[in-house]
Amino acid sequence: METKNGYVTGVSGNMVSVKFDCSIRKNEIGYIILNNLKLKGEVIRINSDIAKMQIFEMTDGIKVGDIVEFTDELMSVELGPGLLTQVYDGLQNPLPELAKNCGFFLQRGVYLSAIPDREWDFTPLVKEGDKVKPGYAVGSVPEGLFTHKIMVPFGLPNKEYVVKKICPSGKYNVRATIAVITDSDGKDKELSMVFTWPIKKPINCYKERLRPDEPLVTKIRCIDGFFPVAKGGTFCVPGPFGAGKTVLQHMEAKNAEVDVVIVAACGERAGEVVEVLKEFPELTDPRTGRSLMERTVIICNTSSMPVAAREASVYTAVTIAEYFRQMGLDVLLLADSTSRWAQAMREMSGRLEEIPGEEAFPAYLESVIASFYERAGKVLLYDGKVASVTIGGTVSPAGGNFDEPVTQATLKVVGAFHGLSRERSDSRKYPAIHPLDSWSKYDGIIEKNKINVVHNILYRSNEVNQMMKVVGEEGTSAKDYIVYQKGEFLDSVYLQQNSFDPIDAAVTPERQIYTFNLLYQILTSDYDLNDKKEIRNFFNKLRQEFLDWNNTEWNSIQFKIHENNLKELYTSVREN
Amino acid sequence: MEKIYTKIESIVGNVVVVRATGVCNGDLALVGDSYANVIKLDNDLVSLQVFSGGVGVKTNDPVKFLGRSMEISYSENLLGRVFSGSGVPRDHGPVLTDNMIKIGGPSVNPSKRIVPKNLIRTGIPMIDVFNTLVESQKLPIFSVSGEPYNQLLARIAMQAEVDIIILGGMGLKYDDYLFFKDTLEKSGAMSRTIMFVHTASDPTVECTLVPDLSLAVGERFALDGKRVLVLLTDMTNFADAQKEMAITMEQVPSNRGYPGDLYSCLASRYEKAVDFEGAGSLTILAVTTMPGDDVTHPVPDNTGYITEGQYYLKNGRIEPFGSLSRLKQNVNKDTRDDHRALMDAMIKLYSSYKESLEKKSMGFLMTDWDNKLLKYGALFEEKLMDLSVNIPLEKALDLGWEILADCFEPNETGLKSTLIKERWPKNL
Repeated sequence: METKNGYVTGVSGNMVSVKFDCSIRKNEIGYIILNNLKLKGEVIRINSDIAKMQIFEMTDGIKVGDIVEFTDELMSVELGPGLLTQVYDGLQNPLPELAKNCGFFLQRGVYLSAIPDREWDFTPLVKEGDKVKPGYAVGSVPEGLFTHKIMVPFGLPNKEYVVKKICPSGKYNVRATIAVITDSDGKDKELSMVFTWPIKKPINCYKERLRPDEPLVTKIRCIDGFFPVAKGGTFCVPGPFGAGKTVLQHMEAKNAEVDVVIVAACGERAGEVVEVLKEFPELTDPRTGRSLMERTVIICNTSSMPVAAREASVYTAVTIAEYFRQMGLDVLLLADSTSRWAQAMREMSGRLEEIPGEEAFPAYLESVIASFYERAGKVLLYDGKVASVTIGGTVSPAGGNFDEPVTQATLKVVGAFHGLSRERSDSRKYPAIHPLDSWSKYDGIIEKNKINVVHNILYRSNEVNQMMKVVGEEGTSAKDYIVYQKGEFLDSVYLQQNSFDPIDAAVTPERQIYTFNLLYQILTSDYDLNDKKEIRNFFNKLRQEFLDWNNTEWNSIQFKIHENNLKELYTSVREN
Repeated sequence: MEKIYTKIESIVGNVVVVRATGVCNGDLALVGDSYANVIKLDNDLVSLQVFSGGVGVKTNDPVKFLGRSMEISYSENLLGRVFSGSGVPRDHGPVLTDNMIKIGGPSVNPSKRIVPKNLIRTGIPMIDVFNTLVESQKLPIFSVSGEPYNQLLARIAMQAEVDIIILGGMGLKYDDYLFFKDTLEKSGAMSRTIMFVHTASDPTVECTLVPDLSLAVGERFALDGKRVLVLLTDMTNFADAQKEMAITMEQVPSNRGYPGDLYSCLASRYEKAVDFEGAGSLTILAVTTMPGDDVTHPVPDNTGYITEGQYYLKNGRIEPFGSLSRLKQNVNKDTRDDHRALMDAMIKLYSSYKESLEKKSMGFLMTDWDNKLLKYGALFEEKLMDLSVNIPLEKALDLGWEILADCFEPNETGLKSTLIKERWPKNL
């Protein structure tokens, strides 16, 4: 193949200007040749014969006149069996492999292949003469928990192909040819188990997109009942530092009822990734009894790693998520934090000397965020299976103020908003999701009208509480005081969870519905109590009993005892 | 190769531009007799940032490119020495040139990191007992100008149980620099200390190099198996220097004039904190002054998102509320069995004390319980919170029990009966 070359004419931070005299395309990958190193970069702007490239590495040592090799390929990831359990950086470099080669530090210019070179047990799913299209499975290999489908590359022109040759069952190297397909013009195409896909292009090899209408169970009561997330939906978690964004995401990664979880640690602390790395292999997935790591892929581009690769990391993550969706799986992508990704865009935009928008973020911030979240979705695949990608992103607003551009741009496009509040986390309330500010457009596991009734009690309770701050407890009527206590009760026994208690930390949907029904009865009853002290005592007792109930095993004898105690307690003072 | 250029095209702020070829990005150069580094290349125009500033640079000053990037000597000889922000000795000692290492090196591979597990004893109860400092942790000290944060750092430098202390001073008042030097010399801690000092009157560019120098040297010592503690004061000055340089370079400011990459700038320094498996560790404690006591100011705000907790220094004491060491639960379970429980109980009682204090100030009647709390609060502040207290963790825990026994009945503390039986002082 003819090589396309250019040479460096300028360097400014991680942006390099390159003069070229061949044809190149926007967003194509090029390498700067630096002695024996090759530094990866992406063309982000072309102006007559000068291309501006953002370099994914430190640019020290680059000089004017250095040769640049263009690859004619867009920034892509490798897809194939072996992705699960991996830890990648933003450019899909496997970090543990890199550590074996380079030691403690991330050396620049070292790029390893993302899919491990090994053999897989291949079973064909088509026979010679069958007709296939991009996205159709030609075979499968068993990978951990799943049957990993080997598909016709999505990038081929979308038309029918005839299977000319397919390998019989057996062990094959991941990069060996396992099938040959022929298009209508008689041109052959060899297929292996691995192919690449450009990360900025959504994968759309499916029949149609469906409305996200099935709840994604996170086993966090506050989310599943009040601010639900749907399979194929989107949600965001903004919060000031220390409010527990990352802890909440880790809990979701552990407990969510999905097939595959992609954790994208984008520009955050390396220590937090280490926690996942060391903790997940030890934990078992209650649904399968296998290690949690077997359903997880980690993309980590921590805050000290190059900024340009941080921008790529969320796209790498979502592309891998879409790939698993093509296999008929439900995938959850957790991105922490999208603000760092937006900041990476801001840095690049500044280097390009674009006219800045609000807080110097580029004017296209909103559309880029919107198109990223739009890659979530529930789809009907060619083989009739329904699969989904759900995206949850944290936002780290400057100063904890939700009025800043990234939070606002995100709120416009997501289906659920879990706003974390500093007060709730300071008073050690977990999860710190603010029950009055947050919202969701999806249906949860509990009937909506019941939730509305309960939510109204919460609003009223808050109003009474505000009022009490002015007029004192003495000036509040017993009726209002009961409403206030009801709200507090709801908050402490249902919205909050004890993340250290093995039973209360993750609650199954049946149990959530069951306990909610009793809670609903308690909250909607009127009580024959007039003395404030009496009221307080009553609710304190209720709370203690309910919390104990929450901590007992589902349907055990203790569970029934606490349930009966609760029923007796509240019916004894109920007004008929 | 050693070509000297004598025609400077432009001088703006600290940045000079010369026409030259074959120059690498990030290389070091000499402009006149000051060091400078290459920050931008545009065809044959080379932009250089002059460390000692642009003041007095002549258009025909000789510019010599050294063909290497910024380096600092690394050896045991650094111990006890003081250097400026460009790595030049400021203590009349000899210039060190052996074993040069690069500064601002690559970051550690996350998969090679380990979960931090060793505590660092400082002899300050508010740190050791209530918010334990852990090896490889990065923690800022949020404070208002006027608080004794430098005194606190000096105490930590003297008392902390680590092998090597590296003190990076940015925008220090000259008095403060002398204070550090005198205090460390008197206490004998100077022999394990290396200082990189930029005083307020030194050129701005040197200010931004101090953390890089400190951390590059610290990292090498850590790789050689040493437990290193890097103390930085004050990171707000560092951020302000970054701001100043960004504005002179005509970068678009993002928030209150700070450059858009402030977060990345701070993170790439703080993330140098690491515990090397099979070698030493690097821990960072950095003062960040909050302009106007505002924690939402861009510098403390961005810092909070990067670091693993924070200490609040207020009214000369480390505040128990708001201060947080996110890694403390990794270590405080293995210190002594009463550590966690006692810590929680004492903080809860102290928070009740604050409520009683408020009641008292509003003129409410004090109950017996309030009076007990008031006594407790006063003792707590005097015996444990005061910065001059220097006792080991175990002694501090014992003292905690004594204070509790002095003020309360055992069942008023909310501690578990088994612990009380074992630990409650009997001779009182």
